[in-house]
Amino acid sequence: MMGQQPIIQTIDVRKIYGMGEISVAALDGVSIIIEGGEFVAIMGPSGSGKSTLMNILGCLDRPTDGRYILDSLDVSEMDRVQLAHIRNNRIGFIFQSYNLLSRTSALKNVMVPLLYSRNNKRSAEERAVVAREVLEAVGLGNRLNHQPQELSGGEQQRVAIARALVNNPLLILADEPTGNLDTRSGDEIMELLHELHQNGRTIVMVTHDPEIAAHTQRTIHLRDGQIERVVQNGSGPTAKENQGVRHESH
Amino acid sequence: MNLTELLLLAWESISSSKMRSLLTMLGIIIGVASVIIMVSISSGTEASIEEQITGLGSNLVYVTTSFSRGGAREGMGMPSGGLVYEDAFAIAEEVNGVAAVVVEQSSSETVKAGNVILEGVTILGTTADFPSVRDMEIDEGRYFNQREVDRTQKVVVLGSALAEELFGDADPIGQTVTVDTTKLTVIGVFAERGMVSGVDFDSQLYIPISVVFQKFTPSQFARFIGDRVRVIYVEIESPEVMESVIQQISFLLAKRHDVSLEEADFNVTTQQDIIQTQEATTAAFRNLLAWVAGVSLIVGGIGIMNIMLVSVTERTREIGIRQSVGATPDDIRWQFLTEAVLLSLGGGFIGVLAGVSGSWIFGYVSDMRTVIVFSSILLAFTSAAVVGIFFGFYPANKAAQLDPIEALRHE
Repeated sequence: MMGQQPIIQTIDVRKIYGMGEISVAALDGVSIIIEGGEFVAIMGPSGSGKSTLMNILGCLDRPTDGRYILDSLDVSEMDRVQLAHIRNNRIGFIFQSYNLLSRTSALKNVMVPLLYSRNNKRSAEERAVVAREVLEAVGLGNRLNHQPQELSGGEQQRVAIARALVNNPLLILADEPTGNLDTRSGDEIMELLHELHQNGRTIVMVTHDPEIAAHTQRTIHLRDGQIERVVQNGSGPTAKENQGVRHESH
Repeated sequence: MNLTELLLLAWESISSSKMRSLLTMLGIIIGVASVIIMVSISSGTEASIEEQITGLGSNLVYVTTSFSRGGAREGMGMPSGGLVYEDAFAIAEEVNGVAAVVVEQSSSETVKAGNVILEGVTILGTTADFPSVRDMEIDEGRYFNQREVDRTQKVVVLGSALAEELFGDADPIGQTVTVDTTKLTVIGVFAERGMVSGVDFDSQLYIPISVVFQKFTPSQFARFIGDRVRVIYVEIESPEVMESVIQQISFLLAKRHDVSLEEADFNVTTQQDIIQTQEATTAAFRNLLAWVAGVSLIVGGIGIMNIMLVSVTERTREIGIRQSVGATPDDIRWQFLTEAVLLSLGGGFIGVLAGVSGSWIFGYVSDMRTVIVFSSILLAFTSAAVVGIFFGFYPANKAAQLDPIEALRHE
């Protein structure tokens, strides 16, 4: 490989559930490369394996077979503890249902990843300062002490984005980030993601909505655990493409 | 995460559902409080027993009848063996190192004074040395002397509580008390003495022992073997002669009763023996209580485990969220373990407060004395912590082993 290493490289990744005759391959040989600074969508019908791929990319799960290299680190053989460290300092999650801690203020929610950080020990005060900065950056400077149930869906998702950003991750994984939101809030969240992308963040987003996917540079379509096709979505720096995929103009 | 962070996290979780936390702690609170209260009651009992026995005077030897052993008089149609009144005089005259000898013979009778009638009052027949040997003080009037005992004089000395019951505020001296059908003249009242070895000295009535033999416990055999007595108190001159006195009494009585020492129809015991017996009894009692309290601590621990298991299930999603942002299994384990230990220690602390104040209140409102033992506080508190760790570990482990994907999907 030449020049800069890709952020994500999966080589023939398989995920097989069950054993023997009744085993099901949720992922059946997926090889993708995502470069730093890319904004990529993963699309597919339910059962296509996009959630499984997302979990593996997010180091919540390990492939049964194949390799996953994240930022030059082979994470496919790591144990639970190592994976937790990777999730903590290299990955930021944004979930469809926000997944904020209830009865916990926005500020404290954003501080949670800092609490589990190993390589960057901060005092409680320092954590609060960092979390506040990130919350201000996503436009929630005036909602620091609000608990999730006191916030709108869009605001909750902003808190979640702030939490994903607080450890300055290498990769942001968004799982249907607008799925629970009305159109307007959804647009605002997409704008925010665009902004992050503009600032050089690498974002991988799972969605079933073609309109949302169109916001990204590239859409990877999955079907039956395999890559069906990869679509370039208009402008933006061209990404390295995978072998054996068709191109479609939008 | 460091300890401060863990404690803070646990505190936030505990304080966010105060009622449930309190209910969780309740088992531990009750366990710890009962350990402290029970130990304080048994120690109080022990202390007062010991104090009262010692209060009798430390140089006492007790000679008691032992009916379980046969005697030479058996088969003559008379009760076999046992102490008789004359044994007391023999001891007083023939044993060296004896300061005083007191005999007691009791009976339960109906007592009348004016229009006050009391049933089942203990009549204690005794001799002239009784007040000095049993450490009783005369409050009013006087005690009877040996001459009055020998002549079967119908005089009576009242316990302080009994005097109050019979005569109220009136002066009892010179008044008449009717016991069964016998009229007795009050010549004195004892000062308050309290309970001694389970006997209320203040509610008794004291008369010459000869009157008791004659009127209340007459025996057809008295003419042949003498008046039988339950116990002879022997006060010795000094602790050094204790062994010698015990030996002399044993030989003397064996000779008088015509029995060998092995099959003696009497026991010679000292205060020390009695204290030891009492201590053994209270120790057994205290051990039993400690076991009961220990069981309640374990039940409290199971309560904590129960709630923590529910809590792990309820907070599965929270665990998933924490895992997704980088919490390791150890982070999760410590979080829940800290919570369980904090709950136990909190329960332990409240339990100590409840136990100490409970013991104090119990001692204040009841007749029983309570002594708060510091080691019991330490023991109860430590057990609470151990219980918390022990019963907190399983739920914490369960939480730590949750799969992050499953946990995130949990509703």
